[in-house]
Amino acid sequence: MLSIKNLHASIEGNEILRGIDLEVKAGEVHAIMGPNGSGKSTLASVLAGREEYEVTEGEVVFKGENLLELAPEERAREGVFLAFQYPVEIPGVSSTNFLRTAVNQVREHRGLEPLDAVKFLTMMKEKMKLVEIDQKLLSRALNEGFSGGEKKRNEIFQMAMLEPTLSILDETDSGLDIDALKIVSNGVNQLKSKDNATIVVTHYQRLLDYIVPDFVHVLYKGKIVKSGTKELALELEEKGYDWIKEEIGQAAV
Amino acid sequence: MSTLLDTHPLEKILENPQKDFHSVRAMGKDAFLKQGLPSAKAEEYKFTNLTKKLSQNFDSFEIAADFELTEEQVNHAIFEGFDGYRLVFANGYFHDGLSSKIEGLTISKLEESSLPLGSIAKAEKDPFAALNQASFEGGAQIALAKNTQIDKPILILNFINPSNGNLIQPRIWFETGDFGEATFIEQQIQLEAGDYFLNEVKEIKGGRNSHIHWYRIQNEGKDAISMSNIETDIQQDATFTSVNISLSGHMVRNNLSLNLLGSNSEGNMYGLYLTNGNTHVDNHTNVDHTIPHAESNELYKGVLTDNSRGVFNGKIFVRQDAQKTNAFQQNNNILLSENATVNTKPQLEIWADDVKCSHGCTTGQLDEEALFYLQARGIGKDKAKGLLLYAFAGEVLENIKDDSFKAYCINLIQERLGTNLS
Amino acid sequence: MSKDNEILEEFTTKEYEHGWSVNYEADEAPIGLNEDIIKWISAKKEEPQWLLNWRLKAFDTFKKMTEPEWANVHYPKIDLQKLRYYSAPKQGKKPKTLDEVDPELLQIYERLGINLNEQKRLQGIAVDAVLDSVSVATTFKETLSKLGIVFCSFSEAVKEHPELVKKYLGSVVPITDNYYAALNSAVFSDGSFCYIPKGVRCPMELSTYFRINAANTGQFERTLIVAEDESYVSYLEGCTAPQRDENQLHAAVVEIYAATNAEVKYSTVQNWFPGDKNGKGGIYNFVTKRGLCAGDHSKISWTQVETGSAVTWKYPSCVLKGDYSVGEFYSVAVTNNYQQADTGTKMIHIGKNTKSRIVSKGISAGKSQNSYRGQVQVMKRAHNSRNFSQCDSLLMGDRCGAHTFPYIDINNPTAKVEHEATTSKIGEDQIFYCNQRGIDTEDAVALIVNGYAKEVLNQLPMEFAVEAQKLLALTLEGSVG
Repeated sequence: MLSIKNLHASIEGNEILRGIDLEVKAGEVHAIMGPNGSGKSTLASVLAGREEYEVTEGEVVFKGENLLELAPEERAREGVFLAFQYPVEIPGVSSTNFLRTAVNQVREHRGLEPLDAVKFLTMMKEKMKLVEIDQKLLSRALNEGFSGGEKKRNEIFQMAMLEPTLSILDETDSGLDIDALKIVSNGVNQLKSKDNATIVVTHYQRLLDYIVPDFVHVLYKGKIVKSGTKELALELEEKGYDWIKEEIGQAAV
Repeated sequence: MSTLLDTHPLEKILENPQKDFHSVRAMGKDAFLKQGLPSAKAEEYKFTNLTKKLSQNFDSFEIAADFELTEEQVNHAIFEGFDGYRLVFANGYFHDGLSSKIEGLTISKLEESSLPLGSIAKAEKDPFAALNQASFEGGAQIALAKNTQIDKPILILNFINPSNGNLIQPRIWFETGDFGEATFIEQQIQLEAGDYFLNEVKEIKGGRNSHIHWYRIQNEGKDAISMSNIETDIQQDATFTSVNISLSGHMVRNNLSLNLLGSNSEGNMYGLYLTNGNTHVDNHTNVDHTIPHAESNELYKGVLTDNSRGVFNGKIFVRQDAQKTNAFQQNNNILLSENATVNTKPQLEIWADDVKCSHGCTTGQLDEEALFYLQARGIGKDKAKGLLLYAFAGEVLENIKDDSFKAYCINLIQERLGTNLS
Repeated sequence: MSKDNEILEEFTTKEYEHGWSVNYEADEAPIGLNEDIIKWISAKKEEPQWLLNWRLKAFDTFKKMTEPEWANVHYPKIDLQKLRYYSAPKQGKKPKTLDEVDPELLQIYERLGINLNEQKRLQGIAVDAVLDSVSVATTFKETLSKLGIVFCSFSEAVKEHPELVKKYLGSVVPITDNYYAALNSAVFSDGSFCYIPKGVRCPMELSTYFRINAANTGQFERTLIVAEDESYVSYLEGCTAPQRDENQLHAAVVEIYAATNAEVKYSTVQNWFPGDKNGKGGIYNFVTKRGLCAGDHSKISWTQVETGSAVTWKYPSCVLKGDYSVGEFYSVAVTNNYQQADTGTKMIHIGKNTKSRIVSKGISAGKSQNSYRGQVQVMKRAHNSRNFSQCDSLLMGDRCGAHTFPYIDINNPTAKVEHEATTSKIGEDQIFYCNQRGIDTEDAVALIVNGYAKEVLNQLPMEFAVEAQKLLALTLEGSVG
C-alpha cells in the first residue's frame, strides 16, 4: 500500500529525514518510535503533504501513485489521514459543518453521491459512539474550547468519518489520561481492517499496550535504525533510547 | 519594611531560633525581610489588606503545635458519601496512623536535604510564602510513583485547633512520576473556636503525561483568616486541574500559580466564591506559558451578598517562545446586595504573536427577567433566585470529576442559596 | 510562512470589481472650500435661506475645529482646498419620473447590479440612487406615498417637506459634533430622506445606493431617517467608487430619530474602492452615523459589512434616551492589503432599563490594520441598563494587525455590562488541517470566514446577506494559506 524509499526531507535547509525506507501493507499496524527531535512528526507531515518540508531525495508510492506529487487535499481524498499532534482550532466553523464539507468533497472524489443532512447525521451518530464523543461538542466550533483529550478523540472520530486507507496517528496518545487512552485505542482498533493500514507515531511505549503493532521501527536522527516486533518497544521502555544510541555508536566504530 | 511603626506581630515569629532546614529557612527569612509585609499600597494586595487585618485581630502569634486526634474525630469529619483514601493532618502535622495506606503513594515528613523546598513556590514572589518557608513546622512530602493511577480520590484533611497555637502553616510538597494520575480533595476542619491565621504553601510537580486534579473547599469558620500559596510545575503532555470553592471565612486569599513548562501541557483553574456577611475572598491566579503548544483555561465565578467582597486577579503571561498558546479566562460575578463589592482585574501580558487568548469579565445583578419568568411559572421568588444562582454556579462544579465530592459541594451550595440568600 | 505570502500575492492581484468609471457631462462647483462655494451649492440646490444660514454656521464652527488624531489610522493630511465639493451629471430639468432619467445614468446602476426599473426589480426594495453629489432617481415613491411614507432625495425633501427637515436636521448629530460632521453640515450636497408616519410599518426595504464617479470630488451626503411612534423601517445602504490613483474623501452624516415604540434597522454594505495592492488610491471614509432612541421602547439597530475604503473612520452609535430603548450594533469589518479601519460604536445609556448589544467581528489580512473602538456609557439615571459586547478579531497571515479599544464608563451601580473579546489567527495551520481532511483552500477560507461572520450576516436582509457573503469571500479569497 505504502512504499517509502530513501526519503530525505529538510526544513529551512536543515535535513531532518536522512533516508527512510518503509513498506506498509494493507492490514498492518506499524509503530514508529524515537526520542524527541528524531524526525517522527516530520515523517508524518511529509506524508500528509505539509509544504514547509522539502523532499530532497527519494520516493513515496501510495496505492501505485506518486504521493509526493499530490496536493494535501488530494492525498486526503485518496485516503491518507493524519491525526494531528496538535489538532488545530478553527473559530466559527462547527465540527459538523466542517466534517460535512470534508466528507462530501472526499465522496465526490471517490465518485459517490454527496450525503444529505439526514444521512450525514445518521452516520455521525453511529461513529460518535466509537470514541464516546458528546454531540454537544460537535455543534461547537471545531476544536475550540475542547480539552486536550477531547481534541484527540475528535481526531479519531474524524478518521472514522472519512474512512481512510492509511491512517497516520501523530502522537495521538500524548497528553491523554488512562481512561481517554483506552477510549482512543479502542476506537482505532475497531476501525482496523484487512484493507487499511495504520502508522502510529509515538514517543511513549505505553500506547502500544493498547494498539498492538505488527512492526516497531526506531527512528533516530532521521533514519530507521532498528526494526522489530512489539518486543522491541518493551526493550526500549526498559533500556531507554540511550541504549539505541550506544548501539548505533558501536556499529559506526 | 512594613508600613507599621511598631513591629508587626507576624514579624516577631522570625525572631525564634531555627530548629532545622537552616538553608531553606534562611532563604525564606531573607526573602521575607526584603519584601516586608504588604503595605496598603502594594498592588498585589491592594484590595486585601491582610497586614492590617492581622495586626488588628492579633496581638501576638505562636506557631501552632501538633495535637492528638482520634479515629472518631476523623470519621466524623469526612463528608457523607466519600469513597476514597484519606491523609490526616493536625495543624499541618501529618498523622500517619490515621491516614490510609495507598499503593504507589509514599508520604513522608519533609526532609531537610532531599527536597528543593521553595524552588516551585518561590519565597521572593510573596511575603507570606516566604514567612511559611522561614517558619513552617510539620508538613509532608507526597510522592506518586511512575505509571501509577490512584483509582479513588485522596482526601487531605487538616484539623485545626487554635488553642495549640494561632499561626498554622501547613506545607506540602507533591510530586508525581511520569503517567501518574491522582485526584486530591483538600479541606480544613476547625475543631475548637478561636482566632488563627492559616498560612499554607503547596508545591506541586507533575511528571510527563501526568494528570492531577486538585480540589479545595474552604468552608471554615466565619473568623478564619486564611492565606494560601499553591504553585505547580507542569511538564510535557501533563495536565493540572484546580477547582477551588470558597464558602466562608473572614479574609481568604488564594494565590494559585501554574507554570506550563512542557509542550502539550494543560493547566485548568476553576473557582467559585459564594460569600455573605463580611467575608472577603481574594483569588489571585497566575499562569505562565513558557513553551509553545500549551493551553490554559480559567473560569472563576462569584455570588456575593451582604457586605462581602470578592477580588479576582487573573494574570496570563505568555512568553515570547510560547507560540501556539491557547489561553482562556473568564470571571463572572453576581452581586445580590448593594453593599457587596467585586474587584476584578484580568491581566494579560502577551509577548508571542501566534497565540489565542481571550478574557471576559462580568459583574451584574441577577437576571430580573429570568427571575420574573420563573415566578410567572409559579415558582416562589426565593426558590427562583436559588435556581438561577445554582445554574450560574453549576458551570464551575461541572469540572469536579469526583461524584461524591461534587454532590457534597452541590449540597452545601444549595443549602447556602436556599437559606442565606433568601 | 512562505505559503501565506505566496497565496496572499495571488490574492492581491485581484482587481476591485467596481473600479470602472464613465464619462458624462457634469455640472461642477469650482475646486476649493470657502463661503462662496457653500453659497454656490446652496443656490444650485435652490435652498431656502434658513438652510444656507445653517450651512454657514456649520462652516464657522468647522473653521474653529481641528482634524481628530486619536483614531488608529495613518494617512497624509487631506488638503480640503484641493477638493471639489459638488459634481452632478447634467440632466437639464430634474426628471419627474424614472422614465425621464437619462438612460446612460440608469445604465451606471445597472452595471453595478442595481436595476432602477421598478418592473424589473425584485419587489420589496425601494432605491434612492445617489451619483456623486446628487440623487438621480428614487423608485417606488408613489407606492410609498400612499402610506404616508416620504422617501426621496434630501434636496427634494428640503423643498417639499421643509418643516420636517427643519425640525430634525442636526437634532441627532449637531453641527458641533466633530470635524467631519461640521464639514458635512456646511457642504453636504444630497442624500436620502425618509419619514415613516405614526403607526406605519414600511412594507419594503428602503435603500440608497451611493456611487462616486467624478474624480477629485468629495462626497458629502446626508441621510435623515425619522420614524414616528409605533413605526418600523428597514433601511439599506450600498456604496462603490471607481478605481483612481488619488484618494477621495467621503464624509457622510446619517441621523436616525426613533420615537416611542419605533424601530429602525439600518444596514450598510460598504464597498468603496479600497486602493490598489500597494495602498495607492482609495476612499477615505470618515462617516458620522448616530441614532437617537428618543421615545420609550424604541429600537435602533445598525448592521454593517465594511469591506472597502482605504481608511475607514466610523462609529454608528445609539443614544438610548427613552426608557426601555434598545440599541444594537453588528459589524463585520474586513481589511486587506494596506487598508486601515478604525470602527466601532458608542452606546450611550441615558434612560432606565435600556439595553444595548454590540457584536463586532474584525478580519484583517495582508498588511492591513483593523481596530475596534467602542464605548459603552451608562449615565447616572440609567437604572438597570444592560450591555453585552463581543469583539472578535481574526488575523489572516502575520503582517496585519488587530486592535481593540473598549471604553466602559459606568455611572450607575445597577448596570450590567458584559464584555468579551477574542483574537484568533487563521494561517497555514488551519488551512493545512482543512486540506488534510480533503477540503481545498478556497472552500476552507469561505467556510471559515462565513462561519466567523455568521452572527452579523444573519442580521442583514436576505438579499443583502447573500451579496455580503459573496463580497467577503471575494475580498479575502486566497488571502491565507
